Amino acid sequence: MSEDNYNLKKIINIFLYMAILWVVMSFSGHNPKQKPKGDQLTISFNHFVGNTVLKLDSAFYKNELGQPFTLSNFKYYISNINFKNSNGKDFTLNGSFLINEDEENTKQIIINSFPEGNYTSVDFIVGVDSLHNCSGAQSGALDPINAMFWAWNTGYIFLKLEGWSSASKSPGNFFEYHIGGYKQPSNCIRKVTLDLGKNNLKLEIGKQKNLNIKVNILEILKNPTVIDFEKLSSVTDHKNATVIADNYKDMFELIPNEK
Amino acid sequence: MKNRIIYTLFILISIAVLCNSFVIENPYFKITKKDVKLKIPKGFPKPIYNFKKNKLKPDIFILGRKLFYDNILSKDNTISCSSCHQRIAAFAHIDHKLSHGIYAKIGTRNVPALQNLIWKDAYMWDGGINSLELQPINPITSPIEMDENLVNVILKLKANKEYVRLFKKAYKDTLINSERLLKALAQFTGLMITSNSKYDKYMRKQDTFSLAEKNGLKLFRAKCEHCHKEPLFTDNSYRNNGLKMDTALKDFGRGRLTEINKDYQIFKVPGLRNIEMTYPYMHDGRFRKLKDVINHYSNSINYDEKADSSLFRIGNLNEQEKKDIHSFLLTLTDKEFLYDRRFADPNMLQ
Repeated sequence: MSEDNYNLKKIINIFLYMAILWVVMSFSGHNPKQKPKGDQLTISFNHFVGNTVLKLDSAFYKNELGQPFTLSNFKYYISNINFKNSNGKDFTLNGSFLINEDEENTKQIIINSFPEGNYTSVDFIVGVDSLHNCSGAQSGALDPINAMFWAWNTGYIFLKLEGWSSASKSPGNFFEYHIGGYKQPSNCIRKVTLDLGKNNLKLEIGKQKNLNIKVNILEILKNPTVIDFEKLSSVTDHKNATVIADNYKDMFELIPNEK
Repeated sequence: MKNRIIYTLFILISIAVLCNSFVIENPYFKITKKDVKLKIPKGFPKPIYNFKKNKLKPDIFILGRKLFYDNILSKDNTISCSSCHQRIAAFAHIDHKLSHGIYAKIGTRNVPALQNLIWKDAYMWDGGINSLELQPINPITSPIEMDENLVNVILKLKANKEYVRLFKKAYKDTLINSERLLKALAQFTGLMITSNSKYDKYMRKQDTFSLAEKNGLKLFRAKCEHCHKEPLFTDNSYRNNGLKMDTALKDFGRGRLTEINKDYQIFKVPGLRNIEMTYPYMHDGRFRKLKDVINHYSNSINYDEKADSSLFRIGNLNEQEKKDIHSFLLTLTDKEFLYDRRFADPNMLQ
């Protein structure tokens, strides 16, 4: 084949390629936007200390032992949210969400096109599953840039609770609980299941589009183990980490929607 | 008519883009598709890190190389990965027991060589890091190494015209994030594969061993192979090799992170390839010469309850045996790897 011929073929090829591209582009442009099959569902995480709405750095609270404290940082991972459907067709949201008190938009998870159904419960894990603790560099919620990651002992920090208490013996009366670990004996992944049926929170199209979850920080400090700021100002061992994980397991409850 | 204008424009833009990419390049630093092809050496096991979620591409490798040799990763722009991982030492820190990081701070462990990393299931002397991609976060954020944080690193890269260009070239869009940074570094370090030493050539019947080297190999297989398993010369396990704990460093090894009793004072078994160049030796760099290491295993093991049971198979070596093992270990030097131009500092000629 002569070189001229070859070049000609090349040019024709380029034109063909562009023609195809043009057709594809015009098609996608003319297509009407498809309507999502379901409604939008918003899951909101509402942070409380007992019955008071959490306010970082300003409000004073008291723990079970009467020790006063303030909070400066509260964030945690929620992963693998799963809605149990009575017909067996569960709706699952894979992946992790980082809920951060300091960033308003992280406290809502919006699911577009949530399929209609009679959902009886919702479950999720607090933390990041072992697969995603072993998946190398990731982005989004699992970007190590979010400062929820241990560099020297690979793994995500599942929950950070930091603040001050006059009872704490650490410099500046600070306390910080950084909880995580996906392997035994420091496994701090906790599964949470919230019953939707009991509170008449069936997620049917057109009826229920908000799921409000109350997150009570006092639970982290008292149930089942009461945390003493004087004895525990930071967590660096798996025993205390799992104690707090057992506590945060129960910090979630559904807020019934007003009718 | 309208279409024709668009086509013409398209071709003009294409030509412009093509011309732009013909920047004069030094062939020594040029990275082609062939240069980033993963070739598993004959006789090597299946790698643990396989680049499946980090497809090898010349431009990503080039970005990783640039990052590896750049001080921009450290807080005061004084330390790069290559400060402690030197090419001539198989990316260990030659003649440094412990290394000096930022603000001249001294670390607590000897810098391990970077080679055959994709066959490791964990990184660092204690195995604390479970992915090749995540390893760089540790030195970048360590207060005695680079003392930087990822937020700043990304900000610095975004503000740097050269990196904006390199990221775009590598990933075809303008996003600069930690995932891309780490994956680029993993491409560069993951391809550091050494498999062309005299030992390898002997095994492939392309070279011959002297009598001493042959004897050394025999002795090695009888006494050392249990932990330093061929062809990688490590079984990726953690053991106590009979060294008394340095009372100043008080390094508890793997126990610090697992909090399990049996893990205290044990360290990862290092691969031995290029051992001639990676001195000093051991996790705290206490032995300057290879002879000292062989003498330790022969004569000065501290047999306490922590000592690994396989140490008992070594026994006392006579002088000839020591010399033979020494000769064999020198056959693990891979000059082709040590002088591989792909891993050279791209700033050398600038």
